[in-house]
Amino acid sequence: MKKKQLLLGDEAIALGAINAGIVGAYAYPGTPSTEITEYIQNSPEAKANNVFCKWCANEKTAMETALGVSYVGRRAIVCMKHVGMNVAADGFVNGAMAGPNGGVIVVVADDPSMHSSQGEQDTRFYAKFAFTPLLEPSNQQEAYDMMAYGFELSEKYRIPVLMRVTTRMAHSRAVVEYDDTIQPRKPLSYPEPSNTWILLPVNARQAYPILLDKYAKLEQLSEETDHNVYYDGPDRSMGIIASGIAYNYLRENVGGECPWPILKITQYPLPKERIRALATECKKIMVMEEGQPFIEEQVAGILDSGCEIVGRLTGDLPRVGELNPDSVRAALKLAPREVNAPSQNVVPRPPAFCQGCGHRDLFAALNEAMERWDNHRVFSDVGCYTLGYLPPFKSICSCVDMGSAITLAKGAADAGYYPAIGVIGDSTFAHSGITGLLDVANCNSNVVIIISDNEATGMTGGQEAAGTGKIDQICVAVGIDPAHVRVVVPLPKNMELIRQMIDEEIAYQGPSVIISRRECMQTAKRHAAARRAAESKK
Amino acid sequence: MKKDIILAGVGGQGILSIAAVIGHAAIKENLYIKQAEVHGMSQRGGDVQSNLRLSSEPIASDLIARGCADIIISLEPMEALRYLPFLAADGWIVTNTTPFVNIPNYPDQEAVLGELKSRKNVILLDVDATAKAAGNPRGSNIALLGACSGILGIESDKLEAGIRELFARKGEAIVEANLAAFRAGQKAAML
Repeated sequence: MKKKQLLLGDEAIALGAINAGIVGAYAYPGTPSTEITEYIQNSPEAKANNVFCKWCANEKTAMETALGVSYVGRRAIVCMKHVGMNVAADGFVNGAMAGPNGGVIVVVADDPSMHSSQGEQDTRFYAKFAFTPLLEPSNQQEAYDMMAYGFELSEKYRIPVLMRVTTRMAHSRAVVEYDDTIQPRKPLSYPEPSNTWILLPVNARQAYPILLDKYAKLEQLSEETDHNVYYDGPDRSMGIIASGIAYNYLRENVGGECPWPILKITQYPLPKERIRALATECKKIMVMEEGQPFIEEQVAGILDSGCEIVGRLTGDLPRVGELNPDSVRAALKLAPREVNAPSQNVVPRPPAFCQGCGHRDLFAALNEAMERWDNHRVFSDVGCYTLGYLPPFKSICSCVDMGSAITLAKGAADAGYYPAIGVIGDSTFAHSGITGLLDVANCNSNVVIIISDNEATGMTGGQEAAGTGKIDQICVAVGIDPAHVRVVVPLPKNMELIRQMIDEEIAYQGPSVIISRRECMQTAKRHAAARRAAESKK
Repeated sequence: MKKDIILAGVGGQGILSIAAVIGHAAIKENLYIKQAEVHGMSQRGGDVQSNLRLSSEPIASDLIARGCADIIISLEPMEALRYLPFLAADGWIVTNTTPFVNIPNYPDQEAVLGELKSRKNVILLDVDATAKAAGNPRGSNIALLGACSGILGIESDKLEAGIRELFARKGEAIVEANLAAFRAGQKAAML
């Protein structure tokens, strides 16, 4: 039955995946992708259909598990933010070589303007790198519809399909029309040929030409598909290539009747012939794309006609940050709108730790402990506790990538720095810190690793963390002396105790771990409310 | 019909509930909707905003262009001013007057209110007090929605139905408390 619902882009993707008959959604939380998995976790239909949707330890385990689902012939999605793709890349790139059996869609949410991220990297490069198709919907309805299409594409060409969305697609709602039937699961089956899944060099040398051959077919498909659309326009002084959310900003400014011809790109690899055809019609090509100049750079290589190409590289559109209706308007040289001057009575309101957060107490004690060390540096990591960089704490000197607090501290210690300290959260530790700690233990490195354990993935909304309840055992298991795996509760009354513990472990010449453990305020509140509700029902 | 609305506030104040109620009501009115939000990092006590667009015609952009917003609805007075460049010349500001001071350099509160009062189309209301007086101290956001119900272009009974829909799963008492806050905001704005 046809139904309508107001859905976030992320939720439209989730619903599309459920209705395409996935058996699993594999993901690690990351803004702006988190709501895809959360929607599936909360969906009664997904539950009734036994869709596996528990959070994974990291994006790599997520990617590989989905490949396992695919091997036996069934469908799965993998969801992550753009930097998560760096973690998943090994499985993704080599999964393309292996050649999926059941459909696999990898949904990656990019975050241009870095609202909640350490970079602007553009996921489309991974599709080109791994020779996979990429779908880039412009609106929630397309996102929903393209899930079923993407699975068919994946199964037909035996290739993982990337879907790329950006913040304004992921986190924007619109009404989506859908059919509430769920495709039946496919029977178990096995890949044929199967030797491409054993990527020994002898097989890999066979798999690679097969992959390149698929890519040639995918290029042809991009020429033919309705997902790449040409809209004619009378003014041939310029032709516009627009993709993703940028297409919406274009339409916002020109309406339904655009004077210039438009080629809307929704499916990659790029349709070279259609781009050449546009260039022969038009004097100039303007490229509008969210993220890095991925299309713009390729168009320069596709066209040998001397046609002028403008976009982010030429400064017609801004080189960094998200596009918006205003930057696109300026690029089109349309009359500027009258705009109020900014108020002089407004100051920035940066994010801050929640009141009562355990990270606060840890950083307060850590700052005291570090006072006696000249020019001290505390390495840290990706999570809520990165706010320890901001006033009033100003405690940390690094946040590079997941797990790096431990390995940066080790590197600094290897290089002769003392005292080398790394502060990492429990979810980040489970994601990518454990292997670093194994290196630390194996090398008997002189570091103090502080795991600020709030028993949740806090920054993305308090999801379950993979290491909860096991952090101490993990540290001992990788080889840290149990006498130097110490646990403390970060509360104002324990300030002196924490400070002293840090002093002692700095004095100890070897690897040590201090676990500062108190539940995230946000999840604690939610758990308390759930307990109250359960009790009132009794 | 076209209404471009910027919802503003501080993380945790409940702007997304306002958006959800208007969204439910707009669906009942058969309007097209786009509503962009920002999640994640900025939720931690930082400024938050949502672009809500309603129209009887299809909507292209998820974001509102500068100079085009018909209404700024803000749960915090300084946050209302943050989005002035987005407000259309004849646009409205509907804002709570109670400041949320969680930064050391919060500007002079009189200057903030003075600038708001100097605007042509503005509804200023202490919705924290309004909601409290209506017996629902946690309903400031819904009281603010009530305060702007006269200029949204959506009928009040549809907004009330939206409130019922949003809060239904929390029980009848919560629904009634929010309807009370909504009506109190509506009444206060008319005075």
